[in-house]
Amino acid sequence: MLDDKDRIFTNLYGFESWNLGAAKKRGIWDNTAALILKGQPAMIEEMKNSGLRGRGGAGFPTGMKWSFMPKPSDKQHYLIVNADESEPGTCKDRDILRFDPHRLLEGILCACFAINAHTCYIYIRGEFYNEASNVQKAIDEAYAAGLLGKNAAGSGWDCDVYLHRGAGAYICGEETALMESLEGKKGQPRNKPPFPAGAGLYSCPTTINNVETIAVAPEILRRGAAWFAAIGRPKNSGTKVFCISGHVAQPCNVEEAMSIPLRELIEKHAGGVRGGWDNLLAVIPGGSSTPLLPKDICETVLMDFDSLRDVKSGLGTAGVIVMDKSTDIIYAIARLSHFYMHESCGQCTPCREGTGWLWRVMQRMVRGQAEVAEIDTLLEVTKEIEGHTICAHGDASAWPIQGLIRHFKPIMIERIEQYRKQAKRAA
Amino acid sequence: MPKLTINGVELEVAGGTSVLQACEQIGVEVPRFCYHDRLSVPANCRMCLVEIEKTPKPVASCAMPCSDGMVVHTDSEMVHKARKSVMEMLLINHPLDCPICDQGGECDLQDQAMAYGFDRSRYAEMKRAVTDKELGPLVKTVMTRCIHCTRCVRFVDEIAGTPELGGLNRNEHMEIGTYVTQPLTSELSGNIIDICPVGALTNKPYAFEARPWELQKTETIDVMDAIGGNIRVDARGNEVMRVLPRLNEEINEEWINDKTRFACDGLKRQRLDQPYVRKGGKLQPASWSEAFSLIADKLRDIAPGRFAAIAGDLADCESMFALKSLLKLFGSSNIDCRQDGADYDISVRAGYIMNSSIAGIDQADAVLLIGTNPRHEGTSVNARIRKRWLRGGMRVGLIGAAVDLGYPHRYLGATPQTIQDLIDGKGEFAKILQNAKKPMVILGAGALARPDGAALQTSVCALAEKYNMIRDDWNGFNVLQRAASSVGGIDIGFVPQSNGLSTKGILQAAETGKLDVVYLLGADEIDMRQLGNAFVIYQGHHGDKGAHRADVILPGAAYTEKNAIYINTEGRPQMALQAVFPPGEAREDWKIIRALSAVVNKPLAFDTLMQLRALMVEAAPVLANMGHFVKADWKSFGKPGSLTTKPFHNVIANFYMTDPISRASPTMAKCVAEIVPLTMPEAAE
Repeated sequence: MLDDKDRIFTNLYGFESWNLGAAKKRGIWDNTAALILKGQPAMIEEMKNSGLRGRGGAGFPTGMKWSFMPKPSDKQHYLIVNADESEPGTCKDRDILRFDPHRLLEGILCACFAINAHTCYIYIRGEFYNEASNVQKAIDEAYAAGLLGKNAAGSGWDCDVYLHRGAGAYICGEETALMESLEGKKGQPRNKPPFPAGAGLYSCPTTINNVETIAVAPEILRRGAAWFAAIGRPKNSGTKVFCISGHVAQPCNVEEAMSIPLRELIEKHAGGVRGGWDNLLAVIPGGSSTPLLPKDICETVLMDFDSLRDVKSGLGTAGVIVMDKSTDIIYAIARLSHFYMHESCGQCTPCREGTGWLWRVMQRMVRGQAEVAEIDTLLEVTKEIEGHTICAHGDASAWPIQGLIRHFKPIMIERIEQYRKQAKRAA
Repeated sequence: MPKLTINGVELEVAGGTSVLQACEQIGVEVPRFCYHDRLSVPANCRMCLVEIEKTPKPVASCAMPCSDGMVVHTDSEMVHKARKSVMEMLLINHPLDCPICDQGGECDLQDQAMAYGFDRSRYAEMKRAVTDKELGPLVKTVMTRCIHCTRCVRFVDEIAGTPELGGLNRNEHMEIGTYVTQPLTSELSGNIIDICPVGALTNKPYAFEARPWELQKTETIDVMDAIGGNIRVDARGNEVMRVLPRLNEEINEEWINDKTRFACDGLKRQRLDQPYVRKGGKLQPASWSEAFSLIADKLRDIAPGRFAAIAGDLADCESMFALKSLLKLFGSSNIDCRQDGADYDISVRAGYIMNSSIAGIDQADAVLLIGTNPRHEGTSVNARIRKRWLRGGMRVGLIGAAVDLGYPHRYLGATPQTIQDLIDGKGEFAKILQNAKKPMVILGAGALARPDGAALQTSVCALAEKYNMIRDDWNGFNVLQRAASSVGGIDIGFVPQSNGLSTKGILQAAETGKLDVVYLLGADEIDMRQLGNAFVIYQGHHGDKGAHRADVILPGAAYTEKNAIYINTEGRPQMALQAVFPPGEAREDWKIIRALSAVVNKPLAFDTLMQLRALMVEAAPVLANMGHFVKADWKSFGKPGSLTTKPFHNVIANFYMTDPISRASPTMAKCVAEIVPLTMPEAAE
């Protein structure tokens, strides 16, 4: 279990005020200039050594991402903070934004310096009204205190931060769709290459990071890469905010060490599964797009990128959705299919057409009104979408169903047979 | 220069080439829907997926730049599976109504489904249906067929510069439309029919008229403006069904404007299909011999100076040459092919053509437009300017009526005074011209037809010379002619010779009774009241203004009905080919004049088209460069005169009706009713 001294998000529950005074007491903005004076190469090296992997879902090493930024030229560099947290089951950024916005702002200053950017945009989910309000107030406070703007925090680096509210599209959390949206266009993901580090926002070099990734950066720079790397397993190091929801006694956000066993996470922090561990049916470990895990895998799996990948799921955003045996698992996944259909941007053929197909078949699967062979067809359709689209939304729509078929096919067959029997009786 | 391997073939391509383009270079076919050479690359249809070694997923080849050492497979199992998947997805919500779809037979989706489609559907759910969108009188929509490739959206955004289309909603509910129910206002809107890979956007006037395999295709030349756009005329039997663009990188690329495309139904209406003579004040049907003998009576013993001829905008070189030769035999040199009354200096060829050439716009870095709205007077020229502007580093200035050109430009002034200011080096744009490496000026034909047109030509010549536009490697002086006959007519000498009268002179003389016979070769844009009591012979194909005034009507052939040469505004001679026969008694124009010459006992020295052309090329050697742009030698030119302070006005008030064919077209009439009020309110009043 993570020691209190190793915690980064010390106000994750909002017990203290979010404002600048309270933030400073928690150690935020403590001599930030000193972090910056280490210089860019040292900062990026420190981030690389810390083993921090992006907290937005894909888990790309942050230090490496920063190092991809080109040398300074006449083109502007931009930092974008992706605060468009919309993945079902995930609510970690939200608590950082409303209870600890200064931690994010300090991270922004560090990251801006590291990637040669003087401008940062925070793209915040439109529904986060109060969060946006707090962040904006925090930005104003930071400007007033000289922590942002010209010569931010006495570091000699100019750093301007703008908050932009989204308008409620899940796909705008995809990094390139977010840039399109920020540019005032329709939120549709762009092709890669070019990658954002080459041509991102307004075709300028851009780094885009998740809120949590940026927010932990100053603490890593302050305490050193070794400290961060020592937490968790190699390549999966550091602390992580887990969001535990669903059929648990106490749904919560909790900052824990990476690689904590899933069972320990649920039992220690969320008060255990409703009705006891044996009442567990399945867990979606990393936000709605990751394939679910049945109870037997949940017994032993560790909550980190590699361990979950080995069981054909993923850490994603670490939004743990717990489902006990009262859950209609087919219905649960069908609901996610509807979500992914609804949020597809409509650009790529497989995702635009396929997500609707999946949802319609899943609806029938819930009732059992299908042929058994259709389960295989359904699986094939998910494979036709997966990997054939511009962004990962196609994959995200396919994975939950793939997980369902992988682990709960017998239940689907049973449902179909049940429906047949009923139909026969009615006839 | 990255080297890569495609299906085992090694090749080296230019930097920035996409994998799809590289595949095309070695003849490997890659299916695609959204990709189009001339549009941006959204890579959203996912049909062009290929396998690239060391990448785990199939890659959209249209958006993937080639890099060194890439190993591409377009024929692997992964690729086939991916393409079949995408095809299945495209078809699940497609209505598959090919038997009643106008795109049938020329549909990308249909063709590619043959290669990648399943033989049956696994989709057991309800199909999507989409409300059709009203896009005006030209483009018919069946939006259920739309596969969301967004080619049309990108076309109106990028090429046409009228961002009126867009994708509304997301996911499978995404719909392409204008959002507001309003016709497309672009004069290039018909091109979205061609680029639509399915039957979602089709030709509205042509709906349910014909199947592509029934059509006889003739590659010919457009005459609706002086651009000479390359077109293909599709005919069934003796009826022109539709007009499509033909690729010519130097002129129209692959776009044509809506008048060129849709005015073809005017070829079936208001046609003069037999000779008429005026008896008792009324035009009566007559035979050719009746008409000819009446003319012979009038021409017998006519004094040389009392016979004149004016050629109209659609006249071809051959008929003008024949008519000129005929008048010469009568000793008359009262001929003019500029029915707008222009009287500028034509002694130097460079003074009345587009010397930079249309393709030359691609190199220009500053363009000054004077007294012209190229959007309506030469749509392809305007599209080129916009294309060049999109690439960046080009400035456009406009002197003339304030119009929306479809790209940002500096409005410099409304009167010729601004030209003088530029010559004097005044103003910001003077600096732009000074610093430009390849500046060009485009002078409109409408400006040249002003009373001070000759002086305008002189001062624009001076302007071009001042800003170093005339060099060995560059000539930036351009006249944008309006009529398909203008350059050809001047080149073959259908202009007043020695003491002959120009259009203005002819009309004045006719009005005051100094002319006995006026021969109108398709001339409809002159003020007929000025013809006074002259005996008017009208040779043409439409019952338009000229025919109404005529005393004898000789029914001629329209541009789709004759083999003829036209010279465009660049001075490029091009051959128009006959697609159908002239209706009824109507004949090819040169033949009519040749036949008439025999009746009036002054037989012309040719009996066949070949003989005529040989004589014509002898008289105007430039005609021998068929299809080519030839640089004209530069010499200073111009007539003395002074500029007036009268502001330029928009010479084409109504883009959709500028000639007898488009005035007879019901489709163009619909455009006038529906589109003109939105775009040209002054014309609608």
